[in-house]
Amino acid sequence: MKDGYAIRARGLSKHFGELRAVDGLDLDVPTGSIYGFLGPNGSGKSTTIRMLCGLLTPTSGTANVLGTEIPGSAKLLKPRIGYMTQKFSLFGDMTVLENLQFISEIYSYPAGARKSRIAELLEHYDLVAQRKQFAATMSGGQRQRLALACAVLHEPELLLLDEPTSAVDPQSRRDFWAKLFALAEAGTTILVSTHYMDEAERCHRLAILDKGVKVADGAPQDLQCSTGMHVVEILADDPYHAQTALVDAPMIASVTQLGVRLRVLIPESVDDPLGLVDRNLREHTVAAESRLVAASLEDVFVAVTMKSQRIAA
Amino acid sequence: MKSISRLFAVMRKEIRQMRRDRLTAAMIAGIPIMQLLLFGYAINTDVRNLSTAIADEANTHLSREFISRLNATQVTNIKYRVTTATELEQLMQTGKISIGVAIPRDFDRRVVDKTRAAVHLLVDGSDPTISGIADQLRNMPIAFDTGAKPREPGLIEVRSYYNPERRTPINIIPGLMGVILTMTMLMFTAVAVVRERERGNLELLINTPVTSAELMIGKVIPYIAIGIVQLALILVVGRLLFDVPVRGSIVDLYLAAGVFVAANLALGLFVSTAVKTQFQAMQGTFFLILPSILLSGFIFPFDGMPVAAQYLGEALPITHFIRLTRGIMLREASLGDLPGDLIYLAVFAVIATTAAALRFSKRLD
Repeated sequence: MKDGYAIRARGLSKHFGELRAVDGLDLDVPTGSIYGFLGPNGSGKSTTIRMLCGLLTPTSGTANVLGTEIPGSAKLLKPRIGYMTQKFSLFGDMTVLENLQFISEIYSYPAGARKSRIAELLEHYDLVAQRKQFAATMSGGQRQRLALACAVLHEPELLLLDEPTSAVDPQSRRDFWAKLFALAEAGTTILVSTHYMDEAERCHRLAILDKGVKVADGAPQDLQCSTGMHVVEILADDPYHAQTALVDAPMIASVTQLGVRLRVLIPESVDDPLGLVDRNLREHTVAAESRLVAASLEDVFVAVTMKSQRIAA
Repeated sequence: MKSISRLFAVMRKEIRQMRRDRLTAAMIAGIPIMQLLLFGYAINTDVRNLSTAIADEANTHLSREFISRLNATQVTNIKYRVTTATELEQLMQTGKISIGVAIPRDFDRRVVDKTRAAVHLLVDGSDPTISGIADQLRNMPIAFDTGAKPREPGLIEVRSYYNPERRTPINIIPGLMGVILTMTMLMFTAVAVVRERERGNLELLINTPVTSAELMIGKVIPYIAIGIVQLALILVVGRLLFDVPVRGSIVDLYLAAGVFVAANLALGLFVSTAVKTQFQAMQGTFFLILPSILLSGFIFPFDGMPVAAQYLGEALPITHFIRLTRGIMLREASLGDLPGDLIYLAVFAVIATTAAALRFSKRLD
């Protein structure tokens, strides 16, 4: 891989008419890492993944995937990447085993080793009991395991996963991530898009996308340390009133309610964030306790998307 | 009242969705107008210009006059002049003519001899309407202005070839085979690509190393076997219930059917790459099936259609298949007698598969 990167993209853009689905994206995905795309629906995650595997032609910009230039040589890339679509795309009217067999044949997996590879995958992805079941009748978690098993069957160097966990329960998500870490450990580079903060936090590196633009990237911990914001957590008896007291106050960037608590973002340029909050609460005669806390990834997300909105305005 | 407002909500939704599906919206106007123009002009039960050959062994003043009278009816279009009745039979077997006129050496004498027919009309009975036309010709009034007395019935003797008892199933079933195979085969592949697109399978498939050509050919070949099974069914039922013969080689028949099925499957596949939904694919199929029934010579004789309609008919695979089946099953022709039709079907299959593979992009944009 070029300089230890599985993917390097420069100025990658995809426009659909007026819509700039992806706009000038620079991307460096280190080989063997789990790289996350965090962003809301419509932020350009799927479009980027589709460009990287050659399904969509970029409007402008270039990408180098596993040493192959995109667009252009996508064909050479197909045997080396695994792709898991957002929508379940295996054959519902075929059994688990039949789906795996089809995939092994279409990827020309060595005929002699097919049987043992499929048995290994059934075992590893906990599908032995379902092997004769039609894919359409399986639960969300089972389908997702089958989809991942099919995506990794041919032992790809790069795995592109488009919101792989959007249709599964929390336990399945945990198991799924355990599988991803095992794959990364074995040397597979994984690019995974998500809109779950807890999943983003598990990635080695992360790019936050908003409206087609990358608004931040780095390791999750680094991003949390460099939001440029103080985070104040407020515990109030009447959180709704506390929120109305703060939301329009000057110098307060954002207020988010989490149950009985509020998270308030205040620019680092403010010297006394707690004092600012308390003053505003007192003015509205709201009783509350406030304390400074460390930024979570959601705080990072709110902070960076606000910044991009300000730039746009 | 609530019921009415819900009813209107459903109606508005349907109309809105219909308008968004532009191909369907276009077909609402397009299908009736195009089909009406096409068939209004093309279908003509008043058949003219049947391909005809004449063997005038008499070659007298009287026989030449008879020929010019025959020509004046415009029912026949004299394409060949040969010397013997045997040559007429050969031309008919290879499907080059529908009617053969044999005028014997002693024509002049026979015209006045009331006991013997003066002219033999050889009629291709493998085409259902042509026998009826022959009756029309037999009753054509012929008045010779050379003094010979006009003769009422008996001047022309009609010999119906291949289906002398004039049983309808014998005429219909070879053509019906083509119609049935067209319908089922087109349908199978017309939905083949869009179905996978709608179900999301396609996004997975195009990300694998499989090539467009592999995908297209792989979708066609299994259905050829199904087509062959269908053909066998039709043949067995035709034989048992309707006593429809296969006079030529059965191997030739299966070979022709195999190529024909491939041509239809490829056409269906092309439809599938051109449409966006399974619903549109079905509409496209029906759009092709109607001309396949009406312009192929299945119901109306090909020779009777206007030239433009004949060109359209020639483009359809079924037209060539019907010629092959009628030839092989009824006229005992071999594939060698009808090479053009077989070649057309093969070329059609290759071109349509290639076009489908080219149209099918392994990209989403």
